[in-house]
Amino acid sequence: MRPTFSIIFFTVASGTGYGIWFLLGLGLAVYWPTCAAPGPKGPEGVSLRLCTYPLLIDYMLAAGFVLVTTGLLSSLGHLGKPRRAWRALSQWRSSWLSREGVAALLTYLPAIGVVLPTITGWWQTRTLSPTDAFTPWFSFEALRPIGVALALGALVTVYCTAHIYSSLKPIRAWHNRYVTPAYLLFALYGGLLWLWALSTLPSGFIAVATRTFETHATHAALAITAAACALLKFFYWRDIDRTPPISAGRATGLDALGTVRTFEQPHTEENYLTHEMGFVLARAHSRRLRAIALLSAFLAPALIAGAAALLPFASNILAWPALAFGMLGLLVERWLFFAEAKHAVIGYYQH
Amino acid sequence: MTSLPNPSPKKLGLVIDLDTCVGCHACAVACKEWNDGGDFGPLPDVDPYGAEPNGVWFNRVHSYAVEQDTARGKREMTVHCPRSCLHCETPACVTVCPTGASYKRADDGIVLVDEDKCIGCQLCAWACPYGAREFSFERGTMQKCTLCVDRIYNETLDPADRKPACVAACPTRARHFGDLGDPDSDISKLVAERDGYALMPEFGYKPVNRYLPPRPRRDGSDVGATSNTPRDTALDRDKLPGVLRWLDRALSR
Repeated sequence: MRPTFSIIFFTVASGTGYGIWFLLGLGLAVYWPTCAAPGPKGPEGVSLRLCTYPLLIDYMLAAGFVLVTTGLLSSLGHLGKPRRAWRALSQWRSSWLSREGVAALLTYLPAIGVVLPTITGWWQTRTLSPTDAFTPWFSFEALRPIGVALALGALVTVYCTAHIYSSLKPIRAWHNRYVTPAYLLFALYGGLLWLWALSTLPSGFIAVATRTFETHATHAALAITAAACALLKFFYWRDIDRTPPISAGRATGLDALGTVRTFEQPHTEENYLTHEMGFVLARAHSRRLRAIALLSAFLAPALIAGAAALLPFASNILAWPALAFGMLGLLVERWLFFAEAKHAVIGYYQH
Repeated sequence: MTSLPNPSPKKLGLVIDLDTCVGCHACAVACKEWNDGGDFGPLPDVDPYGAEPNGVWFNRVHSYAVEQDTARGKREMTVHCPRSCLHCETPACVTVCPTGASYKRADDGIVLVDEDKCIGCQLCAWACPYGAREFSFERGTMQKCTLCVDRIYNETLDPADRKPACVAACPTRARHFGDLGDPDSDISKLVAERDGYALMPEFGYKPVNRYLPPRPRRDGSDVGATSNTPRDTALDRDKLPGVLRWLDRALSR
C-alpha cells in the first residue's frame, strides 16, 4: 500500500496525542486524587486538596490537543472531498472509520471538561482565604469521572483506528492479530515519551525533583513499554513474512488448470490500483528499514531511559532526545506498516 | 445506509466465459465510452494524450499464460480474464463506507456509489480484493461499475439494448447478463452447465458474477493435465498391473 504522508502523520500524531490524554485521564482518575495534599473544606463543603504538579495537567492537555487535532486535520488532507467530511459521522453502525470519527469528536468533550475548570479557576480556592487565591486546589471527586471518560475516549478512538486497518481482509499484513494491540501499545508508548518530556517543564515532577517516585516510574514504564512494543513488532514482522502473496492463479481461480503467469497486463501505464496498492520500494529495503525503526523508535529511547535511571540529574535533558528518536522511529514504523502491506488485487497483476 | 439490505431474490450480475474471451478489450472500451457520457459520468482521464495517460476504467482485461503438463508434454494456454465489479452479496466495500455513499440496492443487488455523498476516503477501494473500485483524482470521488443501471432499465432504449454496454459490445458473446438469483434464468443454467465459479470465494464476500472455465480440448489432450479435479489423483499409475500400465501408457500417448 502506498504510504501517504497525511495518513502516516495522522495515525502517529493522533495516536500519540490520545496516548497522552489516556495517561492524563488515568492520572486524573487515580494519581492526582491520592498524591494531592489534603486541604480544608471549600465553601460548598467539598473537601479540597492542594494539586501536585498542576501545570503538568495543562501541558498534557495542550500537547494532546495539538497532536490529536493536527493529526485529525491531516487525515482530512487524504480525502478527495474534505468539505464533506462531516458525512463520515453517520455510518457508525457498520463502519470503523465512522466510529473512529465519532469517538474522536466525543473524546474532545472530557478534554474540554478538564480545560474548563483549569481556565475558569473552578477548582482553585477562590474563597478560602486571600493568600490562597492563586494556589491550585483540586476537587478530585469532580475530576475523577472526567479523567475516566478521557482515558476511555482515547482508548476507544485508537481501538477504532486500529480496526479500520485490521478489518480489511484483502490486505493480509493488516488483517493480522498483532495490528490492534500494536496500535494501542504504540499510542501508550508515544504518550509516555511525551509525559517524560513534559514533566521536565517548569513545575513538572522532574523539574521539581529528579529523585521522585514519579521520575523512576516514568523511566521504568518507558523502558518496559518500549521492550513490549519491539517484541510485538518483531512477532508481527515474523508473521507477515510467513504469509505468501496471492498469486495470479489464485486470484483468477485458474490455478485449477495449471501454472499461471501474466502474459499481458491490462494497461500499459500505471492506474489507480497499481499506483495505490502495488508499492514495491519498501520490500527492497525492508530489512534495513525495520532495523532503523526498531533502533530509533524503541531501543534508543529505552537505553536513554536506562541512562536517566542511573543519572537522575540528567533526566530533564535526556527526555528530549528520547522523544525525538521515539517519534521519528514511530514515523518510520508507520511508513513500513503501509509500504510493506500488499493488497490482494495485486495478485491479478502478478507475473 | 451502509448496513447491507436483506438479501434480495433478484441478483443481477455478469457471467464471463473465459473459453471464448479473446482479450480484445472491446468490453472495456465500450464501458468507458458509455459511462463517460452516462448518468454516472464523466470518467475524466489525466494526461489523456500525453506520455503517461491515466484514468478510471470499470473493466480491466488481464491476459494470462497457463502452463499445463499434459499427456503430450508441456503446453501453454492463453486465458483472458476481464475483471470488473462482481456485485457481491455481502460486500465489504459497502459496510466500510463511513458516509453511506457506497450502497447495495435492495431490489436487484447492484452495488453503487452516490457521488454526492462520497468524501473520497478510498477505504472502499482498500476493502475490495477484486480491484473493482478506482478513485478519480479529477472528481475527488470513488468510481465503479454500475452494471449499466442507466441502460438496463432505460425504457428509451430498444429492449434488445437494455443490457450493460460491455455485454452488448462483446464480439464473441463471452459476456452474459441476467438474474443469477433465479435458478431458471438463462445465465444461471449456463453457470450450472459449465461449472461457473466465483473469484476468490475465500474472502467471504459472495461474488454474484461467475466465470466459466475454458472447455476441455476436443482432442482430449487435457487428460492428465495438472488440475485439481479428483480424476487425476485417483489414478496411481505405478500401482497398475503390468498390462493395464502398458494400456494406460499407450492410451496416454
